[in-house]
Amino acid sequence: MPLKKGIKKVMVIGSGPIIIGQAAEFDYAGTQACRSLREEGLEVVLINSNPATIMTDANMADRVYIEPLTQGFVTRVIRQEKPDGLLPTLGGQVGLNLALQLAESGVLAEEGVQLLGTPLEAIKRAEDREMFKDMLQSIGEPVPESVIVSTFEEAEEFAGKIGFPLIVRPAYTLGGTGGGIAYNMDELYATVTRGLKHSIISQVLIERCVVGWKEIEYEVMRDSADNCITVCNMENIDPMGIHTGDSVVVAPSQTLSDREYHLLRSASLKIIRALGIEGGCNIQFALDPGSYQYYVIEVNPRVSRSSALASKATGYPIAKVASKIAVGLTLDEIKNAVTGKTYACFEPSLDYVVLKYPRWPFDKFARGDRTLGTQMKATGEVMAINRTFEGALLKAIRSLEIGLDSLSLPGAGEIRGEELERRLANADDERLFLVAEGLRRGMTVEHIYKITGIDRFFLDKIAGILSLEEEVRHAAKKGDLPAELLEKAKKFGFSDAHLAGLTGLDRLEIRSLRKERGILPAFKMVDTCAAEFEAQTPYYYSSYDREDEAEPTTNRKVAVLGSGPIRIGQGIEFDYCSVHSVWALREEGIEAIIVNNNPETVSTDFDTADRLYFEPLVPENVLNILDREKPEGVIVQFGGQTAINLAKPLEQAGVKILGTSVEDIDRAEDREKFDSLLIDLGIPKPPGRTAFSVDEAAVIASEIGFPVLVRPSYVLGGRAMEIVYNNDELLSYMASAVKVTPEYPVLVDKYLFGKELEVDAVSDGEEVLIPGIMEHIERAGVHSGDSTAVYPPQSLSREVKDLVVDYTVRLARALKVKGLINIQYVLHGGKVYVLEVNPRSSRTVPYLSKITGIPMINLATRAIMGRTLKEMGYEGGLYPEGKVVGVKVPVFSFAKLLQVDISLGPEMKSTGEVMGVGDDFKLALYKAMVAAGSMFPKKGTVLATIADRDKKEVLPIIRGLIDLGYKICATSGTAAALREAGLPVEQVMKVHEGSPNIVDLIRANKINLVINTLTKGKAPERDGFQIRRTAVEYGIPCLTSLDTIRVLLDVLAEDMENKETRLVPLQEYLQ
Amino acid sequence: MQALLALEDGSVFKGEAYGATGERYGEVVFNTGMTGYQEVLTDPSYCGQIVVMTYPLIGNYGIMKEDFESKKSYVRGFVVREQCTLPSNWRFSETIGSFLKKEEVIGLAGIDTRALTRHLRSYGTMRGVISTETTDERELVERARNSPYLSGQELVPAVATTEIYTYPGVGRRVVLIDFGAKLNIIRCLLDRNCEVVVVPPDTSAKKIFELYPDGIVLSNGPGDPVNVPYAIETLRELIAAGKKPMLGICLGHQILGLAMGARTYKMKFGHRGANHPVKDLETGRVYISSHNHGFSVDEESLKGLDIYVSHRNLNDGTVEGLKHKFLPVFSVQYHPEASPGPRDSEYIFDQFLEKMNGEAR
Repeated sequence: MPLKKGIKKVMVIGSGPIIIGQAAEFDYAGTQACRSLREEGLEVVLINSNPATIMTDANMADRVYIEPLTQGFVTRVIRQEKPDGLLPTLGGQVGLNLALQLAESGVLAEEGVQLLGTPLEAIKRAEDREMFKDMLQSIGEPVPESVIVSTFEEAEEFAGKIGFPLIVRPAYTLGGTGGGIAYNMDELYATVTRGLKHSIISQVLIERCVVGWKEIEYEVMRDSADNCITVCNMENIDPMGIHTGDSVVVAPSQTLSDREYHLLRSASLKIIRALGIEGGCNIQFALDPGSYQYYVIEVNPRVSRSSALASKATGYPIAKVASKIAVGLTLDEIKNAVTGKTYACFEPSLDYVVLKYPRWPFDKFARGDRTLGTQMKATGEVMAINRTFEGALLKAIRSLEIGLDSLSLPGAGEIRGEELERRLANADDERLFLVAEGLRRGMTVEHIYKITGIDRFFLDKIAGILSLEEEVRHAAKKGDLPAELLEKAKKFGFSDAHLAGLTGLDRLEIRSLRKERGILPAFKMVDTCAAEFEAQTPYYYSSYDREDEAEPTTNRKVAVLGSGPIRIGQGIEFDYCSVHSVWALREEGIEAIIVNNNPETVSTDFDTADRLYFEPLVPENVLNILDREKPEGVIVQFGGQTAINLAKPLEQAGVKILGTSVEDIDRAEDREKFDSLLIDLGIPKPPGRTAFSVDEAAVIASEIGFPVLVRPSYVLGGRAMEIVYNNDELLSYMASAVKVTPEYPVLVDKYLFGKELEVDAVSDGEEVLIPGIMEHIERAGVHSGDSTAVYPPQSLSREVKDLVVDYTVRLARALKVKGLINIQYVLHGGKVYVLEVNPRSSRTVPYLSKITGIPMINLATRAIMGRTLKEMGYEGGLYPEGKVVGVKVPVFSFAKLLQVDISLGPEMKSTGEVMGVGDDFKLALYKAMVAAGSMFPKKGTVLATIADRDKKEVLPIIRGLIDLGYKICATSGTAAALREAGLPVEQVMKVHEGSPNIVDLIRANKINLVINTLTKGKAPERDGFQIRRTAVEYGIPCLTSLDTIRVLLDVLAEDMENKETRLVPLQEYLQ
Repeated sequence: MQALLALEDGSVFKGEAYGATGERYGEVVFNTGMTGYQEVLTDPSYCGQIVVMTYPLIGNYGIMKEDFESKKSYVRGFVVREQCTLPSNWRFSETIGSFLKKEEVIGLAGIDTRALTRHLRSYGTMRGVISTETTDERELVERARNSPYLSGQELVPAVATTEIYTYPGVGRRVVLIDFGAKLNIIRCLLDRNCEVVVVPPDTSAKKIFELYPDGIVLSNGPGDPVNVPYAIETLRELIAAGKKPMLGICLGHQILGLAMGARTYKMKFGHRGANHPVKDLETGRVYISSHNHGFSVDEESLKGLDIYVSHRNLNDGTVEGLKHKFLPVFSVQYHPEASPGPRDSEYIFDQFLEKMNGEAR
């Protein structure tokens, strides 16, 4: 069928900021969608609030609106642009929900906008639990039986019908409190009565429990002519009970026979037809490991994280095909972009094993609740491809960048027996490593199967890895590593580093040993068809096999290293940078090779670079690629710390690092060298030194005076970093947070209270272009990634700007930067100090590029390749400030991470960001806050619990709130301070003072905003923690920085909501 | 134990033997299905062939008796990247290795099956010898060159029934001419309440009519369709009688084509897998289907005949289905009975039933 009639202009809704459960996969999907629609000659209008995305680039859509994804703003864009069609199924749940709201509000009908792709009815049928159940029952597809009860007797009756186990879920409680699994009537009684008590409406849902069943997913496509295909199926190694986003997943399924595979495949086709989806959907099944019985668990009527994974796993571009289907094309009309010969109407055949491993943020949130369940906690994921399951698993572990190259977890040996059993049964992020530990201790596969539900197939595979480890260890002990054994281990998937650990040899020794013996990897192609047809996609993975297919070209070429899995501190921004670097290289006529392992991203789309290698970003795998491709050099600046960390080992292996040299990178990263550089340049930094013992730290602190910023020297990115205000706090930090040894010293720096400034600059080695200075709202001490940033700066004097520019230029020149540099400064007492220098692209580059219109990565890449800024049409120095204001606001995922403190500090905690754009600061800030999902009440009660040191500072803020009509509640100390200042306040009880206390008030919905500043190392810390957590769990805004509240006051004072200004697309304000 | 696979063009692949030992020759072909190795092993159509599986992990879910497509395995060799010795599935009764051993099929593991597949894709299917008995590569290549071609071998008699037998059913009586039928064809007919009378491939038309069938199914089977001339003859007589609905599947489809006067040709590397899109030209709908054929009906040769193309492969345009212009006679090149592969095309059996019921005339 040809394109739908009357559709010329299509609007695409993005998914907004990155949060847990909604990550880069939607940038990948949205980018594909925009390109795919424009390929068909359609005009595309895009709305997304996330500036760190490729899809919001000016060249991705005809009109790009970086605006909040709320019904109000999307409606305004629709009224302004009058698109013919709206494509809502590519922006995750956000896009889908907005489409439903827009349809219900009547805007779509009023403006004559056709909903493209999956019809509204189908979306509702999949999203509404009751309709979904009815629909499935009507086509004879089983759903787990469930019932809502308000008495135990009803529960008992249901249990009599269905049997045990049963899941009990209280209605309307947060974080699943009061729920659980009941295995018998006694347990049912206990859980139901507890659940009824917890539930606000005294109801619990009881459902057949399929925990422990196999969790199988199918990615299904359907077109308007009713042609249906499944793109691939996937088997979760972690059985039902753990969110698929937190499960280790393998594709295709490994333990299903043809009958089971097609039983579920047939069911999938039946379901997608019954729903009437036009595009793609993901269907999850629970399959009994002991019979053909199965249940349909969920359908996502849109592209998803799983569809991104399936696309990368198979080479089948689901989002692209779904977009074409949405505008009327049918599967048999859409070409298979991989083969270029066949059509999209086929099912990919894999001749390799794909494994997805989640990346969790518990390295950042050491105290967070690590157990895995139905709430997803991973921030990102890696994918690995190999010809063996073991090889894929081990590649995935290496790709995670958790410092491991095998299934041996340091410290696992010390876990006591019962503890091990308990942790195996109640899965946490380390479960697979603990499985290995259990096997090592002699637990049987059968026993582990019983307690984990992980299929014996996978357990046997892990056992196989361990026994080969033993074999290697044994041989090495005898002083011999026979070539056959080495080859066997490599074919199995053992890395050089893994083998080094087993043999006591060095990683490089293993490398040269196997090279001597001719044991080299072969690169295979991902071609969607298991080699049946010749394919054109340059998408490769390595394995130790006979034939290498990645015949290098003789072109001029450069490799760009990507940034691996999305984690806190290294997000989608770096994928944005990698992609732009690849594009810039291609623009220069240089073949671009990308190496990355994140399936969610645009960088790993097979048509982003000239060649894509889906591999772990570790020295061995990268060197293997470089050995084969022999590019003229490698660019490490754009892949975050992942790529930077590879610079040294690559250079040592003789690889040319392009751009800023490894030596100069080291000069910026090594504390001693950096300090002496600053002294040479006469650029001030906060006083401080390295301490090699606890005593020494105390001495330094007393020398420079409290407060001090303390952090271990061996980690970057603010991990385990804290501001301490006195000696007690320092000692307690030293005792709990770090182990200071001569080998791992601690840095002690004066904490300078002041405004934080940030700069990203492009240098060609001579000239230094500073696109703009960003001013942070939150004072130094709050991690720059968690700060609200403003461009252009609103409160800086000419002198300060000149100083920042001068320092930046001199630092860039001194470090001989070729490419990008990021510098953070603090303005303290009228003086500018350098806090940190990163000789690479930073998190703020996409934001700054978008608000200034300077293609920073493009310029940096071309500068790295030898072009001067002048040649490219730019001059050195500070670029003239633009007219519009852009505010970047961080977005957090605290509601999904239980037991994590939400207070802001030197450790980064945000998962994503949004940008607000406006003619003035207030409007931009307002939009950014709306986009970030902050629902600040216009009136109501504010709860204030303020640390002593902040009490003076908070007074004008509280006064401002009172002037706006807010009522203030406070606990004794804060209340006293407010009363003393003559402010009306209602005193409320602290947690230990009885009931109703502050936490009760939050729970009772009597508080509309919480202001809480941090007191460290004292008893109230617990109170504060509880207040903050309760606020997050009850969805009440909670601010922990006075600076944020101060600017918020300005926004609240003006009625922004009714300020109807014209929305300006990116293309216009950049002109 | 080491084993070798030598191809007639001189390529040699070295791996580990599993299953039986010895030496066998055969036509080397690849199958791209990710599941269904057991159905492949027991599909009589693979008689005379050494099968290479492109999916690298084979044997993961073991072997289960109820998934057999015939009583035994007819493949001459089974080449995989990795064979699973510790399978896992609630139904399995033995490993693929022990099954192959019992069935006297030589298994070859540890092969770069993708490299081998690419080779076959580029140069076409070819003769090969698989051996656990020699390490002399040159000698083995020589033997591959001297081995018989697939065409010309008497494969159908080796796999088909020699006696008539009946599966009872209360519905329509179907005579299934067995050229090496997969059990699932029979299961699909039984599911539709048919009584299935299975007859040997050389059964005469007269004899078939004496069984008073409501319809006739021509089964799948191994080898070149021109090597069963007697069946082509029988079919001409059956069609000439012009009354009975007929459904040809795979080899049965080719034989039907030949009987109607069309020609068949050997494909470069054929279609073997579970992911081929086939377009039903009458409805425009595309179905993902299960394939196993190395020969095809030549579309050119249909000109002026009483049959026309009803289904076509979306990938390469090959003829995947034929229909008689006037008679209730039709056929498909692929496997509507699935097993292995998608069940999307079972409607073909429904159409056959409709024809027998006289509803769709």
